[in-house]
Amino acid sequence: MAGDSPKDPNPPIAPAWAKGRGDDGATVIAVGLLLLGLWAIFTAARAVDGGMQAHAYVFFIAALAGGFALAGQVQKRTPLDQATYEMGVVKAGVAASVFWGIAGFLVGVVIAAQLAFPSLLYFENIPATSFGRLRPLHTSAVIFAFGGNVLLATSFYVVQRTCRARLWGGLAPWFVFWGYNLFIVVAATGYLMGITQSKEYAEPEWYADLWLTIVWVVYLLVFLGTILKRKEPHIYVANWFYLAFIVTIAMLHIVNNLAMPVSFFGSKSYPLFAGVQDALTQWWYGHNAVGFFLTAGFLAIMYYFIPKKAERPVYSYRLSIIHFWALIFIYIWAGPHHLHYTALPEWAQTLGMTFSIMLWMPSWGGMINGLMTLSGAWDKLRTDPVLRMMVVSVAFYGMSTFEGPLMSVRAVNSLSHYTDWTIGHVHSGALGWVGYVSFGALYCLTPWLWKRQELYSKQLVEWHFWISTLGILLYITSMWVSGIMQGLMWRAYNEFGFLEYSFVETVEAMHPYYIIRMVGGLLFLVGALIMAYNLWRTARGDVRTSEFAGEARGALAAAE
Amino acid sequence: MADTGSSEKEIDDVSGVETTGHEWDGLKELNNPLPRWWVYLFYATIVWSVVYWVFMPAWPGISGHTKGVRNHSERQNVDMAIAALDAERGERMKRLLTVSAIDEVEADPQLLQYALEAGESLFGDNCATCHGAGGQGFVGYPSLVDDAWLWGGRFDDIKTTLRHGIRSTDPNARFNMMQAYGRDGVLSRDEIEDLVEHVVTISGGEANAEAAARGAETFAVQCSSCHGENGEGLKDLGAPNLTDAIWLYGGDRDAIRTTLYEGRGGVMPAWGERLGEEEITALAVYVHALGGGER
Repeated sequence: MAGDSPKDPNPPIAPAWAKGRGDDGATVIAVGLLLLGLWAIFTAARAVDGGMQAHAYVFFIAALAGGFALAGQVQKRTPLDQATYEMGVVKAGVAASVFWGIAGFLVGVVIAAQLAFPSLLYFENIPATSFGRLRPLHTSAVIFAFGGNVLLATSFYVVQRTCRARLWGGLAPWFVFWGYNLFIVVAATGYLMGITQSKEYAEPEWYADLWLTIVWVVYLLVFLGTILKRKEPHIYVANWFYLAFIVTIAMLHIVNNLAMPVSFFGSKSYPLFAGVQDALTQWWYGHNAVGFFLTAGFLAIMYYFIPKKAERPVYSYRLSIIHFWALIFIYIWAGPHHLHYTALPEWAQTLGMTFSIMLWMPSWGGMINGLMTLSGAWDKLRTDPVLRMMVVSVAFYGMSTFEGPLMSVRAVNSLSHYTDWTIGHVHSGALGWVGYVSFGALYCLTPWLWKRQELYSKQLVEWHFWISTLGILLYITSMWVSGIMQGLMWRAYNEFGFLEYSFVETVEAMHPYYIIRMVGGLLFLVGALIMAYNLWRTARGDVRTSEFAGEARGALAAAE
Repeated sequence: MADTGSSEKEIDDVSGVETTGHEWDGLKELNNPLPRWWVYLFYATIVWSVVYWVFMPAWPGISGHTKGVRNHSERQNVDMAIAALDAERGERMKRLLTVSAIDEVEADPQLLQYALEAGESLFGDNCATCHGAGGQGFVGYPSLVDDAWLWGGRFDDIKTTLRHGIRSTDPNARFNMMQAYGRDGVLSRDEIEDLVEHVVTISGGEANAEAAARGAETFAVQCSSCHGENGEGLKDLGAPNLTDAIWLYGGDRDAIRTTLYEGRGGVMPAWGERLGEEEITALAVYVHALGGGER
């Protein structure tokens, strides 16, 4: 799979205009870092609150570190080789994905435990460890830090290989990687310090949002530039999905985060919209973060890694076109289903609900294409746990994209809304779909990138698969039971029309399910730790020889 | 739909289906048609949505939106449901407004049951957060199921407490405070230690008799005006009885010492600002019946 070797049989050939051009963007990045550093030190000096000051220093240190790294690169005086792929940034993305994944899952287990045992990690004078601050840390860590790095790494890998072109922009992909991870550090430390604009999945404050906007635009340029200089006549389906994800997230991020800072030297800002307009903007953003970040982006991963691993052609080109455009067109309308039975006008609720129903088949188009691609290769599920993980992922995708439209129906939503059913639904998508397809991609990429013939251990992948699957099942079944029970208890009336149960009684009833959920999350974390160990050993070049007998061992030894 | 730009189409050996002729990094695509069931289900969801738009409020225009054939309005439905419930409850609720004594409620079993049901529901939503789902209380939040009352356990006492709260923002709130005798420098550390021994003694515990005797003198000067000469408490001032084994903040030496040093003054909100008079009455009936209601 070694694609970044100059001896690659299909080396990407640089067009004339890209050859020998200047300094690979080092000057532009240097100027940018200088401006960032100046802004940071100026803001640190004049900051009106401690959080802003701390973050200004974080930005300053990042600009300084970036400057040193850039100087080191420039000193080498070797321009980037346009005849090879840029795989270093993909490796970095794989490592960051594993790191943030573990961190995010761990915080998830902690807050699951806090829900079951509310006094856990509650200290009167230390707000950083309270549920309210750890919860956004968990959601951002798993969605944006873990998921985001997986998307960065895989998109940079896939776009190069399917376009037969080195990433556009010289050093810009590295700027995207480090810039994005800097955003994550700023967001995460901000939550712990209590800096939030309290918009779900968009908690970071204005300056972090601005920084992400810059990074994201460069990401778009790198991706588009690579597609433009491609050596293939057509654009592969995975790249449509990646591009849709990048473009739409840019739009959502900018609109939902329109805000006015109280001071340009302070962390607090107020959003442009108020009341129900703000709520609708927020859920237009929130639901399409699910649609374009967690669905379109990961469908792109599915479209590359499943056919690659199954060694089968994609089932239907026509289905991929139709379901792509249907998904893109319909998803963007579905947000209002988060605001059923609220101050949102009923007509908007109707549209949100009906478009969610119409979204069912476009979503399933991806599932069909993923599953049917295995026709002729189903036997591989027995022997290849990585492929099995990705196929189970597609099955979870199918399940949660059926459950989603179902829950968007107002009558169903009146029962499910605000209950744990929603949490279960989200996690069948997050742990099952996003998690598993990401793990599958990481298990593929690590041996490919580090040029290893095999993973360190296939048995450890089996362990990961079964432990995590048990974890997911415990998680979602406990949340179904607890959520539906909660919803039924909330709406139970006695003969006089009084509520049968007080809120605190419903909380008490959910306690055992919260413990089951915590155990499920813990199993998922254990599985991910096994993966991290396996990937690390693979990257180091180790092979668990006890698993590879006879001929296979000889072949591996020869490959060393 | 099929792309014709490439001439490298081939037949896939396994499925016998033609590919599109493109290849990326070894990946190919089959030119399978859309699954029929998928297409029909997609059409079905679209048709269903269009029908739904016809019947329900759906598309916005320049001014207003399509109302739908059913002229459905969730807000109206909610108003109607609330009105229906009010109509059903109205009679009994009105009677609760005129009740002046617990005997009147108890004399009418139907009204009593209604008041208890209403009270339980209100208690769960408003009071259980502090006093516990069954009124059992927590440290700092009095138990309502025993017969020890800080501000009185008669029907009227409970109603007053509910309506105006304790140390709340209501001008008629019940107000009295355990002072911070230590922190404010009223008593020395030694005097507080002696007082602790005295309080332990009168509540039936074993204590240093010598210190307790000294403490008794301090008690007579500083404490008896509220807690009574013998520490039996005074409900008019919300002063707890110190001779029973019931403690709001704990009865061990540490807790008593902290109470004396820091003072105490928990707050109960004035529910009259939030609940109607009939709801206050229902709550009072419920709390009165929890176990310790006084006559």
